[in-house]
Amino acid sequence: MPSENLVEIQELNFTYDVRPVLQGINMHFPRGKVVAIMGLSGCGKTTLLRLIGGQLKPSSGQVQVAGQTIHTLDREGLFRMRRRMGMLFQFGALYTDMSVFDNVAFQMREHTDLPESLIRDLVLLKLEAVGLRGAHNLMPTELSGGMARRVALARAIALDPMLMLYDEPFAGLDTISLGVIGNLIRHLNDALGATSIVVTHDVQESLKIVDYIYFMSEGRVIAEGTPDELRAADTGFVHQFVHGEIDGPMPFHYPGAGYAEDLALDVAHA
Amino acid sequence: MERKTLDLWVGLFVVAGLAAVLVLAMKVGNLSTFNMSESYELKADFGNIGGLKARAPVKSAGVVVGRVTNISFDNASYRARVTMVVDKRYQFPKDTFAKILTAGLLGEQYIGLDPGGDEVNLKSGDNIAKTEPAMVLESLISKFMFDKAADGDAKK
Amino acid sequence: MLERAITGIRGTGHRVVNGVWRLGYASRFFLAVLLHSSMSFRRFHLTIKEIYFSGVLSLIIILVSGLFVGMVLGLQGYETLQKYGSESALGTLVALSLVRELGPVLAALLFASRAGSAITAEIGLMKATEQISAMEMMAVDPIARVVAPRFWAGVISMPLLAAMFSATGVFGGYLIGVVLIGVDEGQFWSQMQAAVDFRQDVMNGVIKSCVFGVAITAIALFEGYDAPPTAEGVSHATTRTVVTSALAVLALDFILTAFMFRGL
Repeated sequence: MPSENLVEIQELNFTYDVRPVLQGINMHFPRGKVVAIMGLSGCGKTTLLRLIGGQLKPSSGQVQVAGQTIHTLDREGLFRMRRRMGMLFQFGALYTDMSVFDNVAFQMREHTDLPESLIRDLVLLKLEAVGLRGAHNLMPTELSGGMARRVALARAIALDPMLMLYDEPFAGLDTISLGVIGNLIRHLNDALGATSIVVTHDVQESLKIVDYIYFMSEGRVIAEGTPDELRAADTGFVHQFVHGEIDGPMPFHYPGAGYAEDLALDVAHA
Repeated sequence: MERKTLDLWVGLFVVAGLAAVLVLAMKVGNLSTFNMSESYELKADFGNIGGLKARAPVKSAGVVVGRVTNISFDNASYRARVTMVVDKRYQFPKDTFAKILTAGLLGEQYIGLDPGGDEVNLKSGDNIAKTEPAMVLESLISKFMFDKAADGDAKK
Repeated sequence: MLERAITGIRGTGHRVVNGVWRLGYASRFFLAVLLHSSMSFRRFHLTIKEIYFSGVLSLIIILVSGLFVGMVLGLQGYETLQKYGSESALGTLVALSLVRELGPVLAALLFASRAGSAITAEIGLMKATEQISAMEMMAVDPIARVVAPRFWAGVISMPLLAAMFSATGVFGGYLIGVVLIGVDEGQFWSQMQAAVDFRQDVMNGVIKSCVFGVAITAIALFEGYDAPPTAEGVSHATTRTVVTSALAVLALDFILTAFMFRGL
């Protein structure tokens, strides 16, 4: 019997050189849910995604996807696992030397022996799902940022993955594209029966679409809960983050020497 | 670009490249005039080879019939031993004369074969018995001067 | 004073260790490319596409340079040879210098700056825009899918380009020597044919350019794959590709020449 959770993270530590990036992370992602991982830039969110995708190996602890421990898989097993994952990269990461059509068809051509006519139908189906069927002949350089993100989304769902990973899907989009992508994440998740993990720092957009949220700061989980619970939180870091206040538990100033000290030094030089 | 056009260009490119190698082999190189695969080996000892080098041509009546493959020094006879390969199409009698000649005054040195009249032909690995060493300019000049001096003495 | 000396020594040591580390990393990368080459031949159209980019698009610069180099050789060679009254050796001079040295080496240097730099920039940018990462996440090995076809395309293109360079060069020498100056045409070709040996000269030139092709594309691919994913990183990597492959070509040329023509 498959467990309730598609992805389980237990006591995960990751150290880059000597700098600890992730410390003692415990998370679980139930099947069929959209879960957000939020935090400020540089708090280790993207590293976490790479650990789930098996691009990095944890220093200790483990990540389990569908009951398999990712870092113990061999290359073959990892690639088999990745065929069931889809990942949307921050700026789409479309192959710039291929047309939109070929980008979406890429995985089908690499991993299946489907006839070209069937691939064509499937590609148009996926592009229709993101509303860009008419753009299949364009090159990635002819697309706007939001459209590129949607094509990349169509490419990520090409093989109907069971797990979708989103790396900052909202970064650098206008408000309309933002809403479009947000809705797509939700609807595709429900239509595919997949599980989605969204790494983002866009609070307002993600609160609308997700089922559960983890807050991270400096490599640790500092808060978690449903969107309603987090909106209700009125103190501390979560409040500062959700409401976008400048100063609070997360200081505005980068730690450094005293201001007066720095200025006095300049006076001495002059 | 369309796959077909791409294939066509790359095909043309490969054909042009191979054609260039062919031109280098046939027109620039000596593949057309001399085929190494059908050949036999001969040896000859010379008192002095002058400036002869490996890969120098072997000619008979001015036609290239072979090539020098190796030059070594025989420590028993104190002579130079020259190994050459000759095209199978050309057969020479046993008493063929091998000379080291020079193309022009300062040109490359080569081996000239003067066929004799023997009934039996040279076989692969045979030694050419009759040889003539290279003419060395210095000894030629000193010989000439010596003769002149001797002449002068006699006339006195 | 002492402090500066220590810093200097430490810096040198660091650079040496770093260099050795990079060399090891590059060798491992090269091995991985060789091990993951089967796709380049199973799906040969991937390689054909890259031959188009590195080979066909380099044709113009190779042919034009070859022609001019041959013409210069014809002029300079005639100037020198006529002092000794041996203009008839012009064909030999042009052909031997092109087939043995200038063809493979100059074509390789042009190839490094035309195709090598493009390969580095392309791979570096693919990495910077996460296209390589995306491919890994789609369970497609980027070494097999992206790197190896470019490698084999370079290895196939280089000797063909070098042969075309030499052939146009000889034609350029012929234009100047025979058509313009009036060296006897028969002597031009016959002296050339007498002196240029197919195996010793032509084939060794081809072997040289194969080795250069391996070196240049391996360097270009490694620099691109290893480039920091920033604009500055990619531009540095591109420069390093051109400089490193030029040095590698000249050093390898010396080594190969020493091995091949030692008997002369």
